[in-house]
Amino acid sequence: MNTTIMLFLLQDGITNGAIYALLGLALVLVFAVTRVILIPQGEFVTYGALSYAMLATGQVPGTVRLAVAMGIVAFALDLFFARKALHARLVMRSVGLNIVFPFALLGLVYALVGPHTPIAVNIALALLIVAAIGLFLYRIAFQPIAHTSVLVLLIASVGCHLALQGLGLVFFGAEGLRGPALSSAAVTAGPLRFTGQSLAVYALTIGFIVGLWLFFGYTKTGKALRATAVNRLGARLVGIRTTLSGQIAFLLASVIGAISGILIVPITTLYYDTGFLIGLKGFIAAIIGGLVSYPLTAVAAILVGIVEAFSSFYASNFKEVIVFTLILPVLVLRSLAAPQVEEEKD
Amino acid sequence: MSALLTVTDVHIAYGKVEAVRGVSLDVGENEIVTIIGANGAGKTTLLNAIMGVLPLRGRTTFAGIDMAPLDIEDRVATGLSLVPEHRELFGTMNVEDNLELGAFRIAKAVAATSLERVYTLFPRLKERRKQLAGTLSGGEQQMLAMGRALMGAPKLLMLDEPSLGLAPIIVADIFRIVGELRAAGVSVLLVEQNAQAALQIADRAYVMELGEFVLSGPAHEIAANKGVAASYLGFQHEGESAI
Repeated sequence: MNTTIMLFLLQDGITNGAIYALLGLALVLVFAVTRVILIPQGEFVTYGALSYAMLATGQVPGTVRLAVAMGIVAFALDLFFARKALHARLVMRSVGLNIVFPFALLGLVYALVGPHTPIAVNIALALLIVAAIGLFLYRIAFQPIAHTSVLVLLIASVGCHLALQGLGLVFFGAEGLRGPALSSAAVTAGPLRFTGQSLAVYALTIGFIVGLWLFFGYTKTGKALRATAVNRLGARLVGIRTTLSGQIAFLLASVIGAISGILIVPITTLYYDTGFLIGLKGFIAAIIGGLVSYPLTAVAAILVGIVEAFSSFYASNFKEVIVFTLILPVLVLRSLAAPQVEEEKD
Repeated sequence: MSALLTVTDVHIAYGKVEAVRGVSLDVGENEIVTIIGANGAGKTTLLNAIMGVLPLRGRTTFAGIDMAPLDIEDRVATGLSLVPEHRELFGTMNVEDNLELGAFRIAKAVAATSLERVYTLFPRLKERRKQLAGTLSGGEQQMLAMGRALMGAPKLLMLDEPSLGLAPIIVADIFRIVGELRAAGVSVLLVEQNAQAALQIADRAYVMELGEFVLSGPAHEIAANKGVAASYLGFQHEGESAI
């Protein structure tokens, strides 16, 4: 193997790794705040990518109708759970979030969709759609069972993944889609050629990591989210709504998932079920980070990307096997290092 | 004197076992009320239920508001605050962040003055403001837990065993501050096993045994009661001397 190939593989691995890093960070965030292992993260990726790709061809993606339907269900749930103490402010807030927002989005999509809509508008629409779905997914599937064990939440998470994946087949069909590139610019450095797309991947990943760091370190909401993750009861006792923290976590995770999807879809063809595999690689990074450490997760994600790039060069048949095998030594080491703890029954 | 907190005929059950049976109490404005009793009498259970951490059967009103439909978060916003037995601090965050989060429901300008007030009450917290809460000593953690609760500008502070596991000198410090709170217009509902110290600063007291109140009245009368002295004050050898 010569250095040029090695450099190519490294570049490829780092680009993919950056995407996995974004997804891994979102997984750690959601787990810390809500104790949900977010299997449907992959669907956020596919939904974001394929909604964007469909919008780019001038079609209305079915996901926006899903957002409206989920909003209605979320509204019904809000009313049902508050039925003993309904007040006008609560109802107005629920109407605004669950009914007005998705319908406004639906209207916006129909108004703006077309073959010549600027890329930036399409991206914004795709992000909003997935953000709405993420938000309502938490309200519908996880908020009512937020107090149960991690295992129950995990099973619910698997259920959501299967349902969303099935719906993905309905919305996008079995054919793969590709989206237009964010930028056609390219920079050449020695033997390497950096496309605008891969530069956007790096920039957004770094931007998100810095943004999340600032958000969690310096804003009141960010600190409240951390506090919820550290001590749920403590957070409630100072008046932080853990349901709101959960919604914010899901909102961030779905937006991060959708952005990852939009970054990938000009590079590779995505199918309705591709997201799962991509999400799982972010999951491996998150596991290596122990589901708690953001920096370790980011580094692990880059490692996963590089291992994947090299193994697809040397043994492409075993690419996924090699990548997923990474998790085994980590799990063994972690189980040896950490004493077994009984799960809290909070 | 108008009652700030009124609890009427409250029952609290863990499954089929009733831990608290038919308890009624009230706390007035600018008043320190203590609930004393042995381990397992149901004191902590009662405080947690008033805060909304546990479900209860019966009626609780605070500042004229029926507490039944309110979640913990909304009760905090009405001016009710609990410093729980296990303190429930944000261990991986620093002291100042913990305090700032205590003012989560409070406007930023008000929070700044609250912070000054807390630092005046607990100078030790100011010294350690960049230290992680989890690395503080037990006494400092108790101070931080109280400080965090005070940041929310509560009308009633409920303290669950603030002296638990602390050195006598720190216990004295904490009880002195509880006395200062009343002067600052904060009522206190104090649950304590250290009956001697609690009865010294309290205005009124309730004695709890096996989930029921067996005695109530002005603190000095309770302290003078022979039965109470035998059951609760006689076993205070360790803590007593310093107070």
